[in-house]
Amino acid sequence: MLDNKKIAELEEKAREIRVMIIKMLARAGSGHPGGSLSSADFLTCLYFSVMRHNPRDPNWPDRDRFHLSKGHCCPVFYSVLAEAGYFPKTELLNLRKFGAMLQGHPDRHTPGVDVCSGSLGQGLSVALGMSLAAKIDKKDYRVYCLMGDGEVQEGNIWEAAMAAAHYKCDNLCAILDYNGFQIDGRVADVMAIEPLADKWRAFGWYVIELDGHNMSAIYKALNTAKKIKEKPTILIAKTIKGKGVSFMENVVDFHGRSPSEEETQLALKELKGE
Amino acid sequence: MAEMLYARDVYGKTLVELGKRSADVVVLDADLSGSTRTGIFLKEFPERFFNFGVAEQNMMATAAGLASCGKVVFVSTFAMFASGRAWDQVRNTICYSDFNVKIVATHAGITVGPDGASHQAVEDIALMRSIPNMKIIVPCDGPETREAVLTAFETNGPFYIRLGRSKVPTLEKRPSFKLGKGYILRDGSDVTLVACGLMIHEALKAQEALAKEKISARVISMPTIKPLDGDLLLEAAHETKGLVVCEEHSVIGGLTSSCAEFLSERYPTRILGIGVRNRFGQSGDEKSLLKEYKLTSDDIVASAKTLV
Repeated sequence: MLDNKKIAELEEKAREIRVMIIKMLARAGSGHPGGSLSSADFLTCLYFSVMRHNPRDPNWPDRDRFHLSKGHCCPVFYSVLAEAGYFPKTELLNLRKFGAMLQGHPDRHTPGVDVCSGSLGQGLSVALGMSLAAKIDKKDYRVYCLMGDGEVQEGNIWEAAMAAAHYKCDNLCAILDYNGFQIDGRVADVMAIEPLADKWRAFGWYVIELDGHNMSAIYKALNTAKKIKEKPTILIAKTIKGKGVSFMENVVDFHGRSPSEEETQLALKELKGE
Repeated sequence: MAEMLYARDVYGKTLVELGKRSADVVVLDADLSGSTRTGIFLKEFPERFFNFGVAEQNMMATAAGLASCGKVVFVSTFAMFASGRAWDQVRNTICYSDFNVKIVATHAGITVGPDGASHQAVEDIALMRSIPNMKIIVPCDGPETREAVLTAFETNGPFYIRLGRSKVPTLEKRPSFKLGKGYILRDGSDVTLVACGLMIHEALKAQEALAKEKISARVISMPTIKPLDGDLLLEAAHETKGLVVCEEHSVIGGLTSSCAEFLSERYPTRILGIGVRNRFGQSGDEKSLLKEYKLTSDDIVASAKTLV
C-alpha cells in the first residue's frame, strides 16, 4: 500500500503532467487533450511507482515495457517521459513541429518509445509480442499497454485478446482508458462496446474495474495484476475525458482540438489552483 | 532433368538451420504451418514457434513486439493474407519502426491453381514495395530460397520473401544470391529478358526459342525487386533494343513497374511486361492458367520479337 505522503506526491506529479499537456498542446496548435488528460493519473502511477525502468538506460533489457496503443494521446506519454528524465522538458514545446523529435504520434526515435503507434488497434498485439519475448527469454519484466475505449472497436484488439489468453500471458497488463467518448461522440452512441468487462472475461482475461483517477485504487490494481497467474489482466479504468480542466471535461470537441490562447490561460489557472 | 523442389520445403529446413544458429529466431504462423512449412521449425523449436490461428493482423503486430525485444521474427502465411489482410500492421508497426521481421509468404501468384482468385495474390509485390524500409526478394528455385532466407536473417530490417506453391526446377550454374543484385544467366545483344520467380524458367526457354530464330536474348534473373539492381538494367538498356520483364504478378506495381520507374528516369527504354493484366485469377491447373494469363515462353518470344 502507498502511504498518504506518496499518494499526495503522485497526485502532485499528475497535476504537473496535466500542466505540461496543456502547455505543449497550446504551443503545437493541434493534438489530443481529452484522452491525454483522462489517462494522466494511471500513467503517472505506472512510471513513478510501479514500473521498473531507467531513464538513463532506455534500452535496458530487463525493463518493464510500456506501449501506448492509443498513440494520439502521446502528449501524456511524452510529458511522463520528460518528467522521468528520458529527454529534456524543453522538447515538449516542439511537439508536432517540423524537424522535432516529438512526432504527432509516437515514433521510435524518441527515447522511451519502443515501438511506433498511431494506427489504432495494433498495440495490444505489440505488447503481446513483448510478453512472449519475456517468456522465451525467461525474463521477469512486465508489459503494460494503454488502450482507448473507442479503440476496442478495432477487430485486431480482439485477435490479440484471444491470443494473450491462449498463451497465458500473465506478465501482460492492459489498461483501458474508459472515458466514454470518441471523435464522433459518445462511444455508446457511435458503436456500443458494453458489456465491456464481460467481453474481456469471456476472452479469458482477469478484469479489474476501477476509478481511473483514484491514485491508491490505481496502485492497488496494478499490484493485484502482478499476482494474477496464468492469464492476462485488464484494468478497465473509468475516467473523465479532459479530466482536470472543467470546460474540457466530457466535451467531445476536446478529443482532438488544442486549446486557444484564452482557453490555455483558463486551463492553466485551474490546474495551478491560482 | 533438373531437380524439382518446393521452395517452401527449403524454407522450412532453412528455418531449422537458423534456429540452431541463433536463439533469437522466432517463427509465427496463422493456421497454415503445414502449407508454409513453418511446421518443420515447430517440431525442432516448439518454445520459439507461435501459431496465432486465423488472425493475420494480430500475428504481424505481435511480430513487431517480439522484434522490439531483439528477436528476429519469421512470419508466414499465404501471400494474399500476408500482404493484403495485414497491410496496415506491416506498414505502421513493422516497417515504420524498421524491425527485424521477415515475412516469408507462400502460395503467391496464379499458380496456386485450383483455389482460385481469392487465394491468388498478384498484387502483393505492389503492396509491399510501396512501403519504406521494406526489402523484397522473389527467389527462382529451392537453393536461391535458402540463400534469400539466410540473407534476410543477416540483414537488418523488414523483408518480404515471395514463394510459390508448386515445385520448381533447380537452376544449374546459378550465381550465388546477393541482396540487390541481378544476374546475367545468358548473354545476348538484341533484346533483354528480365524475370523473377518461376518466370525465370519461362524466360530461359524463350531465350532458346529466340536463338533458333537468330535473335540473341540476354536473360537477367532479378530475384531482388527492392532494392533494384539499376546498374544491370542500365547496361541492358544501353546494349540491347529493349526489355521484356516477366513476372507472375500484376504488371501494375511489380517488377515491370520497378524497371519502368527506374529506366524512365535514367535512360528511357521500351519495356514490355509479361504479367497479369488487370485481372483476377481463376481456378485451374498451373499449365492452363499460365497459358490463359499469357505467362508462357511463347508469350515472351512474341513480345521479344516486337522489340527487334
